[in-house]
Amino acid sequence: MALTEKDVRYVADLAHLELTEEEVKKFLPQIDSILDYMQKLNELDTTHVEPMAQVTYPAAENPSVRSDAPRKTFTQEEALSNAPDPGGDCFKVPQVIEKE
Amino acid sequence: MEPTNLTIAEIRNLLASKQASAEELVRAHLAHIETRDKEVRAYLSLSPERALAQARRIDQKIATGETLPPLAGVPTAVKDVILTKGNRTTCASRILESYIAPYDATAVKRLEAAGACVLGKTNCDEFAMGSSTENSGFFTTHNPVDLTRVPGGSSGGSAAAVAAKMATAALGSDTGGSIRQPAAFCGVVGMMGTYGRVSRYGLVAFASSLDHIGPFGRSVRDVALVLQTIAGRDSMDSTSADVPVPDYEAAMERDVRGLKVGVPKEYFKGLNPEIGDNLQKAIDLYAKLGCQIESITLPHTDYAIGCYYIICTAEASSNLARYDGVRYGFRSPEYDGLRDMYRKTRDRGFGAEVKRRIMLGTYVLSSGYYDAYYLKAQKVRTLIARDFLEAFDDVDVIVVPTSPLPPFKLGEKVDDPLQMYLADIYTVTASLAGIPGISVPCGRMRSEPRLPVGMQIFAKHFDEARLLQAARAFEKAGGFTIN
Repeated sequence: MALTEKDVRYVADLAHLELTEEEVKKFLPQIDSILDYMQKLNELDTTHVEPMAQVTYPAAENPSVRSDAPRKTFTQEEALSNAPDPGGDCFKVPQVIEKE
Repeated sequence: MEPTNLTIAEIRNLLASKQASAEELVRAHLAHIETRDKEVRAYLSLSPERALAQARRIDQKIATGETLPPLAGVPTAVKDVILTKGNRTTCASRILESYIAPYDATAVKRLEAAGACVLGKTNCDEFAMGSSTENSGFFTTHNPVDLTRVPGGSSGGSAAAVAAKMATAALGSDTGGSIRQPAAFCGVVGMMGTYGRVSRYGLVAFASSLDHIGPFGRSVRDVALVLQTIAGRDSMDSTSADVPVPDYEAAMERDVRGLKVGVPKEYFKGLNPEIGDNLQKAIDLYAKLGCQIESITLPHTDYAIGCYYIICTAEASSNLARYDGVRYGFRSPEYDGLRDMYRKTRDRGFGAEVKRRIMLGTYVLSSGYYDAYYLKAQKVRTLIARDFLEAFDDVDVIVVPTSPLPPFKLGEKVDDPLQMYLADIYTVTASLAGIPGISVPCGRMRSEPRLPVGMQIFAKHFDEARLLQAARAFEKAGGFTIN
């Protein structure tokens, strides 16, 4: 198995987590041993087994979804009520598009 | 009459006969919480105005002679991963420390429509990730039976609140055992219905194919009554099952003579021997009640932990991507551009276990590893589910321990996450298969300090009635105090 610090940093990057050096060192052996444990599943031959994509059992003949009709949900004020940078009529975020 | 030691039915009778008011009962609970919760620390936040307003509505109904709804005046606690409109809902995480829910979870709506009084939000492992409540971003909860020990997790606060009589009933969530295991650790009843039995609308998602909302209570009937109230199709959750909810209260009083009880050998190795002894007494009790005990096998049990921790972490890595400081929750005060904002916000807002699981999940879903881990785990999940389907061709219910070990000391397992995961072995299987499971008290450990032992019962999909029937028979026959 042998997970490296580079692997941990790569995965943290994908997950938008900025880990400290200390965290990388702490997580490495823990994640390594957990991934190692998961190798156990390779003892099973699953060549002819379907993945369990749906848990709802039994799967409904005609799965019912609600009608695609507009309804009242939240007011703009409610939707913005937890905004970390409040005071606008949108969510305020750092600049997304870089200027030349 | 001890106002904090009543059942739902006793509350109803007291209110209907005007021997107590709903407001008195709520106030009695709030007063008890003020002292008892100093040592247990089950609650993250209290909502006295909300509970009292509801109590007054109930008292008004009593005054005008209206029929009382099924959970009238019942002081209830709600795990803080479940949204309560207008109240803080933090998931025990710093990243949602100041989040005020803009809507009620369907389960909460249904509870309150039935008259329940929501006292407050209970502590849990952060984002429901853990088995001890030690991963809470704020503080840890103590087991009311022995304050030096964990209450279990992730719904430790809800279990402890009910056990310590700081609530009559509570809602928790169960993904891999998070209702059942703390119920066992605290000596109360905790139930997880079939996947889709209870709407997940308003439950902050951890692992969408494994999450459930479910009830805690001090008796089987109380748990059945809460389940009755919250179960059923919800148009806001398309995974909620369009299956009718039977009358659980009636069904559970049926005689269990002739019921076929399966005992899988895989669940009886490597467990604490005193727990094994109590379970054997329980099985003997079922035999005395006229049940047919059958030895069965669930051959893929040993693969359940590996399977579970691949699937739940993968789903969690996706579900927790939304905590990015954009629309709600914590945002890092300093950052250099958008990506840096995400990274610093998430690194500072999430605790270690959450980060660990996000990384595991990201890894098993990443390019090059998806087939080897995630797809493989999904296939193993089919095998585990199939084990149960085949078992239920022969037996009606399955009886197993809830946990291989008794409640451990606070701090004992925090340094070895894998060891913590392995202790979930008896509970993750039902979650993977989507079947219902209940944990009921099954006596105490023989040795001091006589910690609670829990027994689990499984039934097949949507057979909660049979599950409750088996649990009720056990309770009636004195099983809860089997030693």
